[in-house]
Amino acid sequence: MSKIYNKIESIVGNVITVKATGVRYNELAQISTRYGRSLAQVNKIDGETVSLQVFAGGQGISTGDEIRFMGHGMRVSFGDDLLGRIFNGSGEPRDKGPALTDNMKPIGGPSVNPTKRILAKRMLRTNIPMIDMFNTLVVSQKLPIFSISGEPYNQLLARIALQAEADVIILGGMGLKYDDFLYFKEELSKGGALSKTVMFIHTAADPTVECMMIPDMVLAVAEQFALQNKDVLVLLTDMTNFADAMKEIAITQEQVPSNRGYPGDLYSQLASRYEKAVDFADSGSVTVLAVTTMPGDDVTHPVPDNTGYITEGQYYLKGGRIEPFGSLSRLKQNVNGKTRRDHRAIMDGMIRMYSSYKDTLEKKNMGFSMSGWDEKLLKYGKLFEEKMMDLSVKLSLEEALDLGWEILADCFEKDETGIKSDLADEFWPKK
Amino acid sequence: MSENLGRVISVNGNLLSVEFFGNVSMNEICYVLVDGTALKGEVIRIKKNVAQVQVYEMTEGIKWGDEVRFTGEMLSAQLGPGLLGQVYDGLQNPLYVLAERAGWFLERGNYADGLNADKKWEFTPLAKVGDVLKAGDCIGTVPEGRFTHKIFVPFYLLGRYTLSFINLKGEYTVKERIAVICDERGKEIPLTMCFKWPVKRAINCYSERLAPVETMETQIRTVDSLFPVAKGGTYCTPGPFGAGKTVLQHTTSRNADVDIVIIAACGERAGEVVETITEFPELKDPKTGGSLMERTIIICNTSSMPVASREASVYTSVTLAEYYRQMGMNVLLLADSTSRWAQALREMSGRLEEIPGEEAFPAYLESYIAAFYERAGYVRLYDGSTGSVTIGGTVSPAGGNFEEPVTQATLKVVGAFHGLSRERSDARKYPAIDPLISWSKYKGVTDKAKSDYFKALLHKGREIDSMMKVVGEEGTMLSDYVSYLKSEMLDSVYLQQNSFDPVDSHCSSPRQRYLSDKLIAVLGSDYAISSKEDARRFFNRMRQRFIDWNYTEFESEAYKAAQAEIDSLYSEGEGRLKDEAQLLLKDGDLK
Repeated sequence: MSKIYNKIESIVGNVITVKATGVRYNELAQISTRYGRSLAQVNKIDGETVSLQVFAGGQGISTGDEIRFMGHGMRVSFGDDLLGRIFNGSGEPRDKGPALTDNMKPIGGPSVNPTKRILAKRMLRTNIPMIDMFNTLVVSQKLPIFSISGEPYNQLLARIALQAEADVIILGGMGLKYDDFLYFKEELSKGGALSKTVMFIHTAADPTVECMMIPDMVLAVAEQFALQNKDVLVLLTDMTNFADAMKEIAITQEQVPSNRGYPGDLYSQLASRYEKAVDFADSGSVTVLAVTTMPGDDVTHPVPDNTGYITEGQYYLKGGRIEPFGSLSRLKQNVNGKTRRDHRAIMDGMIRMYSSYKDTLEKKNMGFSMSGWDEKLLKYGKLFEEKMMDLSVKLSLEEALDLGWEILADCFEKDETGIKSDLADEFWPKK
Repeated sequence: MSENLGRVISVNGNLLSVEFFGNVSMNEICYVLVDGTALKGEVIRIKKNVAQVQVYEMTEGIKWGDEVRFTGEMLSAQLGPGLLGQVYDGLQNPLYVLAERAGWFLERGNYADGLNADKKWEFTPLAKVGDVLKAGDCIGTVPEGRFTHKIFVPFYLLGRYTLSFINLKGEYTVKERIAVICDERGKEIPLTMCFKWPVKRAINCYSERLAPVETMETQIRTVDSLFPVAKGGTYCTPGPFGAGKTVLQHTTSRNADVDIVIIAACGERAGEVVETITEFPELKDPKTGGSLMERTIIICNTSSMPVASREASVYTSVTLAEYYRQMGMNVLLLADSTSRWAQALREMSGRLEEIPGEEAFPAYLESYIAAFYERAGYVRLYDGSTGSVTIGGTVSPAGGNFEEPVTQATLKVVGAFHGLSRERSDARKYPAIDPLISWSKYKGVTDKAKSDYFKALLHKGREIDSMMKVVGEEGTMLSDYVSYLKSEMLDSVYLQQNSFDPVDSHCSSPRQRYLSDKLIAVLGSDYAISSKEDARRFFNRMRQRFIDWNYTEFESEAYKAAQAEIDSLYSEGEGRLKDEAQLLLKDGDLK
C-alpha cells in the first residue's frame, strides 16, 4: 500500500526533496535514518519533486535513506486515555506510557462556522483576584500573557492550571526549558491536576519543526474534548518561540520576509490557532491563554503586535504581577455585571485609587512633600500590591471583593472613594 | 461548450500550478477535484500552458495529476432579492445553510447558492411588452422586507433590447423566467429575478457620478461635526489594537443614516461577527423601527478562514453595495479590516515570487486599494434618482505606526481620516479619534466656521499642555491656563461620547448644532476668575453639568432643567461673551 522511496535529491536545512508520484500535499512520511526514525511532512509538490519538512531536522540524513509515505496528514489520537499523558510535537509519548494510535483525528482542521458559535458570556474562575476581579477571563476567550523573559509566566500558568474551573486542561510547551517542563510536571502532579491534564511538550533541545506542530496538536485535542461537552482550558507557552520557529523555516525555504524576518502570513498563522477558541452552541468550549514573551519589552514587536490584533485583550505580566493598567479583558463586560452587584464599582474604584497612588508615588520619588491624602494613598497602594496583586494570592471572587472593601475601609473614608453611595452603604465594612 | 480540463502539476500552500489544454482566461474560476470534493479556485496568472491558481480552501491532500475543471466564469456574486439579512462568507456562501448541511465546521468544498432558490417573491411588472431596454433598466419590483427591490435587465448585457414577454403580477422564485427580451437580431434572452456579476468589476450602469455633498450622519459628534463623512464618500479609521476601531464601526453600523449597511468582517475575530448576528436581530433600526438585521448584510471571512477568500470578500461586499445603490438607495460598506485584505494580497504575492515592495507588500498594493475605494460614489441613475455607496475601512497598522504602506496608500484615496490614538484610548477617551491628526474633506452637520473654532481651541490646548509639561502649572499664565481648561472641557463634553449609554450613544444633528452653539457661548466667554484654582473648580463644575446634559433625552424636561443649570452657573461665573464668539453665533462666519 504505502510507497517507499530511497533516493533523496536534496537536503537543505530541515527540508529534503525526493522524486515521487501520487503524493498528497501535507501528507506525512516516515524517514528511517541510521539515527532512528522521524516523521516528515510534504510542504511543496512541484511536478514529481516533493519537498518534505523533516521533524527531527536534517542532521545525519543520508541521500540513500528510506522514505515511506503514509497516505494521510498529521493526526493525533483522541480519547480519555490521553488524560494525564505527556507527548512531544510528533505525538509520541514523552512519559513512559504506551503510544496511542486509536481514533486518530486530523490536526489543523477547518474553522468553526461563525453561526455555530455563541456569544461568550460565562465567567471562567481562576481564583486569582487580578484576573477574576479586574480582568475577568471568559469561557472561549483567547488571551495572551505579554511578558518579558525572566518573568514568572510559567508559574502563573501552572497556578491557573491548578485553580481554574475547567474540565480539561491542555498544556502546550514550545521551546520550553527542560527545567520548566519538570516544574510543570511536578506542580501539576503535586496539585492533583495531572489527571485532567494533557501535555504536548517541545523543549528547546527538540527539533524546530516539532515546535510548529504543538499548537495544532493541542488545539485539535481541545476541540475534540469541547465537542464532548467539556470546558477545555488551553495553556500555551511560549507563542513567540512558535513564531520564531515559523520564521526559521520560512527563511530556510527562501520565503520573502515581511517584518523583522517574520513571514508575511504571521498574522494568519497566529490567528488560525487563536481562533480555535470557541464556545459551541449546545456543547463545550475552548479557552486559550498563551504566553507571548516580548523581546526587549517591545509591544510593537511583530509577534505581540499581531497577537494583540487577534486576541480579546491581554494580560501584562510585569515585575512579577499582572499589571492592572496594560491588562485588558475585552469580554469582561459580558460577565462582570452578573457576578455581584458591587463587582464593577469596586473594580473601577480600586483601579482609580491605584492610579492616584502611582501619581503620588511619582511625586514622592521626585522629593515633594506628602500631604495627609498622599499618605493615605501610599498606605493603600502598599496594601493593594501585597494583598491583591501578589501572584501567590488565592481568593475566590467573592472573597476578593470583600477584601477590596476592607482595604478601602482601612485607608479611606467612605466618601473619599468615589464609589456610588448606595453600594458603599451596603458593603462598607462595619468596624 | 465542452469541458475545459487541466491537471495539477505543483502545489505550494494554496497556490497550484495547473497545466491546461484548451483556453483559460485570467481570473477564471476553476474546481480542483480531490477525493470526490471539488475545491474552488481562481486563475491568477497564466504562463504558456500553465495557469497558476489560488485555491479558496485548504489544499492538503491535493496531488500531482489531480483533475481541474475550468468554468469559463469569473468569480461572481449572485444578485437578486433575498440578500438582506444574510450572513455570507467571502464567496457569498450563506453560512446558515452551510451550518445546516455540515454542522460545526466549515468543511471545504461545501458551497451553496447565495440566494434561496425556493423562496417565492411577489413580483410586480413595470416594463411593458415593446419597451426598449438596456442593462440596468428596471423591469419590475418585489418587496424585500421594507424595501422595494428593483429587478433589472442584467448589467452585463450590452446594447438595446426589446421586451417581448413579461409575467403578470404574481409569486415567483428567483430562478423562474419572468420576462423575455430580444436583441437587435431577434435572439431571445429569458430573464429571471437574479443574475450574476463578476465581483472584481465595478457596476457602471448609471448616467453620471456626482460629487458627494450630503453628510452621512453617524450620530457620533466627533465625526458628524468635526470629521464628517459624505454619502458616497470614503473614509478610513486606522488605529493600534485596542483603540476601539471595531466598537466605532459597530456604533456606526447601528446609527448611520443610510438605507442598507454591509459589514465586511475581513480577517478579523469570529467573536465580533457572533456579537453582531446575536444583537442585530434584537436591535431596532432608529429610522424605521424594524430590526437592524433587515437592513444589514454580513460578509464574514474571519481570520482563520482561508486567506484567498479573504481577498474575494471585500469585492463581494462592494458588489452587493453597488447592486443596492442601483435601486436608488444609500448604502454604507464597513470593511474591517483592510489591512487583513492587504496581507492576503501580500501572502499571494509572496507565493507567486513577485518582487516585493515596502514591507514585502506587492508593488500594486496602492492601485488595488485606490481601485477599491473608488467603487464608492454618489451617482445619478438612468431614471433620474440618486444612490450612493459609502466605504469606511479600518486599517490595522503594525505597531500602531501610521507610516506603514497600507495606511499611507489608503490616506491618498479617502475623503476623511479618523486616526485613532493609543494615547486617547489608554486614557479611556472614547471614541479615540485624535482631533489633532484627523481630517475630512466633506461638509459636516455644523457650520465649518464653528468646527474650525473647536479645532483651533483643541490645538491651542495641546500647545499649552506641552508647554506646561516643561514650565509647570506655576509658570503658566492664567489666560493660557483657562484656554487649556476650555479645550479639556470641549474634549470631554463634545468629543467624548459614551457608546454604551442609551442616550449619549447617539446624538442627532439638531442636538449637535444646539450643543455646539451652547459650547461656543460658554467657551467663547470670559469669566470672573482670579486664580488657577478658581478656574479649575469652575470648569470642572461646568464640565460636569454639560455631561449630565448629554445624558438627558433631547428636549425633554430633564434636558431643559440641565440646560438651566448650565445657564445659572454661567451667570454665577459672570460670563461675558467675547466678540469672536458672538460673531460666530450670529452668522456662523468667522472672519
